[in-house]
Amino acid sequence: MKQLKYLFEKIDPYFKPGGSMSRFFGIYQATRTFFFLPSPVNRCAPHIRDHLDLKRFMSFVILALLPVTLFGMYNAGYQYYLAASLPEQIGFFKTFTTGALHVVPIIIVSYTVGFFWEILFATIRGHEVTEGLLVTGLLFPLTLPPTIPLWQVAVGMSFGIVIGKEVFGGTGRNLLNPALTARAFIFFSYPASMSGNAVWRVIPEKITEAGASIQNGITGISQAIPIVKNQIDQVLVDALSGATPLSLGGSTGYIEATLHQAGFDLKTLLTGLHPGSIGETSALLCFAGAIFLMVIRIASYRIIIGGIAGVVITSMIFKLLPGPQGTWFSAGPLYHLFSGGFALGISYMATDPVSAPGTDAGRWIYGFLIGFFTVLIRAVNPAYVEGVMLSILFMNVFSPLLDHITIKIAVAKRIPNG
Amino acid sequence: MTSAKSELWQTFTKGIWKENPVAYQVLGICSALAVTVQMHTALVMGIALTLITGISNLIISIMRSKIPSTIRIIVELTVIASLVIVTDQILKAFFYDISKQLSVFVGLIITNCIVLGRAEAFALANPPLPSLMDGLGNGAGYGLILVIVAFIRELLGSGKIIGIPVIPQWLTDAGYSNMGLMVLAPGAFFVIGLLVWLKNSLPGASHEEKTGQ
Repeated sequence: MKQLKYLFEKIDPYFKPGGSMSRFFGIYQATRTFFFLPSPVNRCAPHIRDHLDLKRFMSFVILALLPVTLFGMYNAGYQYYLAASLPEQIGFFKTFTTGALHVVPIIIVSYTVGFFWEILFATIRGHEVTEGLLVTGLLFPLTLPPTIPLWQVAVGMSFGIVIGKEVFGGTGRNLLNPALTARAFIFFSYPASMSGNAVWRVIPEKITEAGASIQNGITGISQAIPIVKNQIDQVLVDALSGATPLSLGGSTGYIEATLHQAGFDLKTLLTGLHPGSIGETSALLCFAGAIFLMVIRIASYRIIIGGIAGVVITSMIFKLLPGPQGTWFSAGPLYHLFSGGFALGISYMATDPVSAPGTDAGRWIYGFLIGFFTVLIRAVNPAYVEGVMLSILFMNVFSPLLDHITIKIAVAKRIPNG
Repeated sequence: MTSAKSELWQTFTKGIWKENPVAYQVLGICSALAVTVQMHTALVMGIALTLITGISNLIISIMRSKIPSTIRIIVELTVIASLVIVTDQILKAFFYDISKQLSVFVGLIITNCIVLGRAEAFALANPPLPSLMDGLGNGAGYGLILVIVAFIRELLGSGKIIGIPVIPQWLTDAGYSNMGLMVLAPGAFFVIGLLVWLKNSLPGASHEEKTGQ
């Protein structure tokens, strides 16, 4: 460590303004603060009570995201072997590594592309490489299905970082959450890889190949093949119907019954062993992360509790209203809370301190309306089965207005001096 | 003192690049979003608007000392409307398919801010020949942006250039797919926004320099 410190001290002058390498100060700064705390210290009042700077702030969010990410990897592997209909025989470790093989490349691409743009803009504009990217680069993969092509991840991340963040001036100035901007771009650009039933589960290639070769192949051996073929057809059907809970419902019966039949009871939805975006399936872990972030006061509890209240109240009202019983219109509050991306979105994306309102009253309204719009889109709009992304982006746009109104009201209430 | 010819040329090029109606004055955005899904509609629209702006500027400039200022908008609109109807009829007669694709947007050239804007801002105060050049320049500037936007949108959104597929088969086999957003109107917004950004950051056209003048 001493050696490293000596090295930084030695090369420091080159990166200071006027030095020969001052153009790359951003990269230097980022590398140095990765190892050491920033050296400037406040010498006079006001002294802040906590030295939590942006980098530590973001690393706590990463910490809270880690369980979700790891579980996402395990679940991807679990779904993979479920498609091959042998999840019981495979050990935990193998399931996890299989999933990781599919998920880790997405995360790597996301970070690489994100850092490329971040460093490019930091170098051209002469500001520091900021740490907001650490969270964005991890959140974005968590909102994607595990089958997403890697080049689409790269395109989406470029869009999210450049249009979602850098055009406004970089970290801390963005109107929209960059990770969700990236996801929205992919969602509208490449709907085939972001929606439907086939994308949420990685299907083993061997099975599809085997199925095809048997269907094309030998007809002579008539005794053994039909059984195998039946099994494989069954597997193929299973594999292709990797439906998410939200895409179910519609025709007959009650939505709860339909969900039960498809294997989505509340316990499955909570623990998260079902098809879905990488990070969204386990509501339990998402809410656990949310509680952690609320306790250390990084995420605003007003937004999270407001959001949950929004979902509960809105879905209760819909359940009481006469409406189609077989759709998400009349699924109760619990199903709305635990399915889809609501838990992930309200815990990590709605609470993004930059794009959320800064006033307390504004936060309550912001959270509540996110919950309200989520249920509204799920229940009433048949074009989108999931409404979390759109409702958070929508409320992001309104958060400056919420702040403005809150402050105006507070000013109007104030008793004027003399 | 520059010669008259080069002054005319400057009036013309100003509209194309430096004070480009779409990228600098941010006029005519509505039709720029609507007709830029394919290149040939953008091309026809650009040509139609160039001719209309040029000729309307010329006519209004000739009449400029005779127009009472209280009713000048009505007079200008009469001139522009006549030209638009003539253009629409010509398109219907000779390019029926394209005219159908452009649908209401040829008729709506009358409401295009560029035409009325140039008539108000330039033709009413300048002699006929510079007015004609100004109109042609602004129309060409609009057409240029339209064609660039349409090129990007058609290439990324449908994989074609002027209707000819250009994405090779091996790329599609490798997993490439068209960017659906580019076919939608928001795609045009992003492309125009990025073009304005590019134009402003190019040397010689930066925002600071312009305000500094």
